[in-house]
Amino acid sequence: MVNEVLFWVVAIITVTGSLSLLFARKGAHIAMSIVTVMCGLAAAYVGLGAPFLGVVQIVVYTGAVMMLFLFVLMLVGVDQRESLKETIKGQRWIALVGAGGIALLLISVIGRVELTSSDQFTDGNPEEIAIELFSQYVLVMEVLGALLITAAVGALVLTHTPRLTPRRTQVELQAARILAGADPVNKPMPGVYARHNALDVPALDPEGNPIDHSVSRVLEARHQTQEGAEFRHQLADPDNPDHDAKPADAPPRDAHDRNPRQGEGESR
Amino acid sequence: MNPMNYVILAAILFSIGAAAVLLRRNAIVAFMGVELMLNAANLALVAFSRIHGELDGQIMAFFVMVVAAAEVVVGLAIIIAVFRARQTISLDEPAELKG
Repeated sequence: MVNEVLFWVVAIITVTGSLSLLFARKGAHIAMSIVTVMCGLAAAYVGLGAPFLGVVQIVVYTGAVMMLFLFVLMLVGVDQRESLKETIKGQRWIALVGAGGIALLLISVIGRVELTSSDQFTDGNPEEIAIELFSQYVLVMEVLGALLITAAVGALVLTHTPRLTPRRTQVELQAARILAGADPVNKPMPGVYARHNALDVPALDPEGNPIDHSVSRVLEARHQTQEGAEFRHQLADPDNPDHDAKPADAPPRDAHDRNPRQGEGESR
Repeated sequence: MNPMNYVILAAILFSIGAAAVLLRRNAIVAFMGVELMLNAANLALVAFSRIHGELDGQIMAFFVMVVAAAEVVVGLAIIIAVFRARQTISLDEPAELKG
């Protein structure tokens, strides 16, 4: 006969898990509790002598179907709020009465049935299931294969969005950027060409003028930038005490071997 | 213990799933209710297979699983298509048609 402890464990796991469908708020919580319900049902299948179905239940339902549910849940946004306002008046009570009526009807009918359990123990192992599937039910298997292919193609068609405009190549994108007045090359980095090597100072172009757009717009909006002109004055004015200011380990300004390139000195 | 207890459990799970379909407005949650109803039917089939001592019930449950997998694929694709069109998956959207 059927193991009594297993039945009660399965019953508690599945009923409490599925009640989250009615009372839990967040979709991800509901999905995870349905996963536990599926696992409990798999245990019930194994206890009822259907080990193959138990494994298939875990692989198909908890592994594929519920993960697909979670995937779609994340795709449409987990914070989709469910409005609690009733659009149909009294719908909640009608639904509860209807569901309770179904439960009462089914349980009262099932309670009257007296079925003597067969002593023959069915072992639904893969081998016997396969023999049955591919002998008596082989036509159904073929039809199911067609159904699965149709479903896959249908899902592709349903989620496909046709391209309304021709695809733009990289060359066209770049040409459009130039036409819009963008720089053909990267923007200069802030500060690196100036005496002050920091993000808050604009770079200087070869003539010594500050390049304003080399500083991040965020810093400008916060008024955390410094004027490049101040440093340009230091360079231009020989009397300024900071005129010769340079980092401690920098070579002398007049040194000929500044930034020597390999082999360049010998060739000259 | 009589395997009929599993059939009663299946009836309870089926009613909970039906209540979820009727109550919840979130399309995905209502869809999970449908899945629970299918699983309850599967549990009843497997229990009957045990009672009769034959494999046919298990094979029927296997077929139900395959059809449910196909149904989930198409259903979730429809939900995504609806979400793309109206940025919501609430089942109350058809209330817009009310004058």
